[in-house]
Amino acid sequence: MPNHSFKLNGETVDVEVEDDVRLLWVIRDLLGVTGPKYGCGINVCKACTSHINGKAFNPCSVPVGAIKPTDEVTTIEGLADTAPGGDLHPMQQAWIDNDVAQCGYCQPGQIMAAVAKVRQCQAEGREVDDAAIEELRNICRCGTYNRIREAIKAGAEKM
Amino acid sequence: MPTHRATTTRSRPTEPAHRADVRRRSFLGLLVAAPVLVTAAEIGRQTIFDSVPDASAVALPSAPQPAEVYDLLDVIRDSARPTANLITVKVNKDGTVSFALPRSDNGQGIITSTQMIIAEEMNLDPDQVVVTLADARPELVFNQLTGGSSTTFSTYTPIRVAAALAQGRLLGAAANELDQDISVLTSRQGLITGPNGKSLPFGELTAKAAAPITEAANVVLKDREKFTVIGKNRTKSDALAMVTGKKKFTTDLKIPDALPTVICRAPDLNGFPRSVGNLGAIRAMPGVTDVVKVGNGVAVRAKTYGQCIDAVNAVEATWAAGTVSGEDDESVLRKLRRGELPLAVPKGVGKTLESDTVFYFRSNSSLETNCAIADVRANSATIWGPAKSPIAAQNEIAKKLGIPQNAVTFHVMEGGGSFGRKLFFDAALEAAEVSKAMGKPVKLMWTRSDDSRQGRVHPMATTRIRANVAGDAVASFEIRHTSVATETNPGLSEAITATAQKAPGGNLTVSESIWETTQVTPYNFGVSTRFLSEVDMRFNTSSMRNIYSPDVATARELMVDRIAAQMGKDPYEFRSEFTKLERWKKVVDRAAQEGDWGKSMADGTAQGIGMHVEYKGVACAVVELDCRPETVNREIRQARTGPRVTKVTYVVDVGLVINPRGVRAQMMGGINDALAMTLTSSLHLTDGHFVEASWDNYFYTRQWNTPPEMNIIVVDDSDAPEPGGVGEFGVAATCGAIACAYVRATGKTPTYFPLDHKDPLPFTPYPTSPPVPPSPVNGLETTF
Repeated sequence: MPNHSFKLNGETVDVEVEDDVRLLWVIRDLLGVTGPKYGCGINVCKACTSHINGKAFNPCSVPVGAIKPTDEVTTIEGLADTAPGGDLHPMQQAWIDNDVAQCGYCQPGQIMAAVAKVRQCQAEGREVDDAAIEELRNICRCGTYNRIREAIKAGAEKM
Repeated sequence: MPTHRATTTRSRPTEPAHRADVRRRSFLGLLVAAPVLVTAAEIGRQTIFDSVPDASAVALPSAPQPAEVYDLLDVIRDSARPTANLITVKVNKDGTVSFALPRSDNGQGIITSTQMIIAEEMNLDPDQVVVTLADARPELVFNQLTGGSSTTFSTYTPIRVAAALAQGRLLGAAANELDQDISVLTSRQGLITGPNGKSLPFGELTAKAAAPITEAANVVLKDREKFTVIGKNRTKSDALAMVTGKKKFTTDLKIPDALPTVICRAPDLNGFPRSVGNLGAIRAMPGVTDVVKVGNGVAVRAKTYGQCIDAVNAVEATWAAGTVSGEDDESVLRKLRRGELPLAVPKGVGKTLESDTVFYFRSNSSLETNCAIADVRANSATIWGPAKSPIAAQNEIAKKLGIPQNAVTFHVMEGGGSFGRKLFFDAALEAAEVSKAMGKPVKLMWTRSDDSRQGRVHPMATTRIRANVAGDAVASFEIRHTSVATETNPGLSEAITATAQKAPGGNLTVSESIWETTQVTPYNFGVSTRFLSEVDMRFNTSSMRNIYSPDVATARELMVDRIAAQMGKDPYEFRSEFTKLERWKKVVDRAAQEGDWGKSMADGTAQGIGMHVEYKGVACAVVELDCRPETVNREIRQARTGPRVTKVTYVVDVGLVINPRGVRAQMMGGINDALAMTLTSSLHLTDGHFVEASWDNYFYTRQWNTPPEMNIIVVDDSDAPEPGGVGEFGVAATCGAIACAYVRATGKTPTYFPLDHKDPLPFTPYPTSPPVPPSPVNGLETTF
C-alpha cells in the first residue's frame, strides 16, 4: 500500500493508504485530526476548509496521492500556531468576541476560509467588505452569517 | 350585537399580580441522601407552575384560543413535572457544582443558560458550574425531551429550586463551622465568608451539608431584582472549544473499533433492498471490513468514510419501490386538496377575502448529517449520538435488538444542529441494527445526499383563509391548514398524549394537540377559527423550527395586509389596532418604530411587517425587500439569488431573558431560516424521490442572501414572570413580513412558497443510482 508523507499542523506525518482516498478521510479517520468536518464531500459546503501552503482548500476533494511531502497542511487545530505569539489566531479571538458559533460544526471551516479570504484581500489591496465576504461559500445551517461578517471584519483589523 | 368590532387592545389584568406571586412563593425542594450535597426540586406534589391564567371573563372581540391559555410549552412542562425531583444539582468536593441536563444541546445554548441559572441561585461564576448532557434515563419518562422551544420554560424553576436548596444547605453548614448566624454569612464564587473574614469553600462544606436521609425542605428563590447573572450577556461556554476544533461531535469520537460505516440506500424515497448481487466483490474493495444487507439498504464498514462511499456506489442491488413511487409534487398536492376541510362561515357577510397558499417540502437536514455510534454486544448495547428524545431511542433500540431497555446505554452527544431533525433517531436505530448484524462496533454516518433525499422533511401543506370584512371590522377569520402528516416522535407523542388530553379541548390526536396548543391568530377578528387536517402518511417528516407556524403565519400575515388594504389602513397601524393584547401591541409598535416603518423606499423595494404569538411571547418583524431586476437577476455560481432581504428589524418579547446574547443568536438563525423558507429553499419530489442531493441543490440561506442589516431587539422589561420559548421564535414573524414585503414591492401575491419553487432548477440533478455523488479530485485547483 502506498505511503504518504506530508506536514500536518507543523509535524511530518506518514500514512499508508490508497492514493485515491480523499485527504479529508486521511486526516480525520486515519490521523485522528477531527477539526475539519464532513458536510457534503463534494466541495460545496466548505465545512472541511483547511489550508495547504497557506491557501484555503477543501480536503474532501483532493486525493491524498496529490499531496507532496513538502506540502504543509493546516487544519483549525494548527491555525493558532501560524499566528505570532502563543495565543489564538486573531480570527479565532474575533469569533469568540462576537460569540459567533452556535452548534460549531461548520465553524472550523468558516474560520479557515475567513483567514484565507482576508489574506487574499490584503494581497490584492482590496477591502474586507460585505462584497468580499459574500464570496465565501461556507454554509452555516444555524444561520450565524451576520455574526460571521462582524467577526471577519474585526479579525481582519488584527491580521 | 356585533361581536366583531375591533375594540381597544386590552391587557390581561392578571399579569402583574401573577409575576409578583411567583417571586414570593416558597418552593419545596428535595435533599437527596448522598455523601456530598445533592438537591432536587420536589415539583410533583405542588402546583408551582400556574402559567395557565384564569380564562378571562371579559368578552374579547375574539375569544381566547386554546393556545393562549394552555400552549405546547405547558403541555411539555406539565408532562415533565412528576419527575422534576429526579434531576439533581450536586456540589463536588473540588468546589464545582455539577448538573447533568436531561436535554439535548445542538447549538441552541442551553448548557450555557443552565450554568447561568444555577450560578445565579448559588452566587457562583457560571464557569464554576459543570453542565453535561445526561445519558438516557428512562425513569425521567417525559422529562428528557428537547423540542417545541420548551427547554428553559420547563427546567427554569426546578433547577432554581434545587440550586437554591443547595445554597441554603451550604450556608447552614458554614454557619455551624464558623459559629456564626446564617444571616451574616455571604456566599460568593463558591466561598462562604463570615463577618470575621473567615471563609470556607463549597468543596469543604459539601460533605457536611449532605443529607443523611432523603427529605423534603422548603426553599425561597432569589428575587428577580437581585439577579446579577440572569439577564446579562454571556458567551457560550464552548466558544473556545468550537473555534479551536476541540469540540467533539459524534463522528469525532474515538471509540475502539468503531469504524466508519455508510448505508447504500434505494433510489426511491423509503425503498429497500430485495437482493444484493455482489456482496463478495464489495467485501474485497480497499479498506472494506464488512458488508451486510439490512432493512434500509446495504451497510458497508471500512477504514475510512471515503472507502465506505466508494463501496456503497459499487453495490449492485435490486430495490423495492418506495412509499411514494412514481409520484411528484403535483400528485401529492392533489391528495392534499382532497383532504381539505370546508370553510364554515358563508361568503357574503360584508366583503369576503380568500386566499389559498401552497407550501412545498423543505429539508430540515442539519450540517452534521444523521449519525450514531453503536457497540452492540450479546446482551447489551452502548450508543453515542445526538438525540432530543433519548429515552424513546433507547426503548426503540432495545425492541429492535430484543434486549431489555435498561441494557441499552444511550450517551447523548452534543449535535451539529437539529432544527427538529434530531427529535428522531434514525441513525441510532440503524447503527444498532448494523452493529448487531456485523458483530462489531460501527460509527454510522449518513452521506449528505442521503440526508437530503431520504432524511426527514418539513411537510408539504396548503393554507386556506377566508375573512369576512364588514366596514372597519373583521367579522370572521378562518384558517384551514391541510398538511402531509407530520410524524410524531414516540417520546414527544407519549408526552403530549399523557398531558394534552387532560387540557382544555382534551382527547385530540397528537398532531391536533400540537396544532391546538401552538396556533394563535393574534388579532381581534370576530369569529376566528383554525383547523388542521393531515392526509398523507408516506413521508419521513418532522418539525423544522416548528411544524405549522411559519407557513400559517405567512398565509395569515398576507391576508392581514389584504384586510388592511380593504379598509384603507396602513399594515402596521392595522396590526397595532387589531392585535388582542397590550403586551403584543407594544412589540408591534416598537418594531415599527425601530424599523423606521413607512420610510420612503425606491421602486421595486418595499417594507413588510409580520407578527407572531407563540412560546409565551410575541415577536414582530419589519423587513426591507429588494425585488429590483438588477438584484433579483444577479448571478452567483451554483446559487439562488432572487429578491434580497436587505434589512430586518426584529423585536421579540420572550418573557424573562436568561442570556440576551443567546436569545439574539436564536432569532438570527430563525430569521435566516425564514429567508430560506419563503424565498429559496425547497425540495422537489420527482418520480418518487427528492431531487436535491446536496447544498448546491438545496438553497439554504448563504452569505449572499443574508440581510446586510439585522437589528434584533430583545425586550428586557417583559411583564411575563418566566422565560418563554426561544429556539424557533425567529421564523414565523419574519416569514410573514417577507411575504408581505414581496407583495408590496411587486404587486403580485404569491400562491406558493418558496417563491422560486417552480423556477427552472439551476443545477443538473445528481443521479439516484449510484446514490452518493463521487468526491471531486480537483480540489487543488480551487484554492484561494
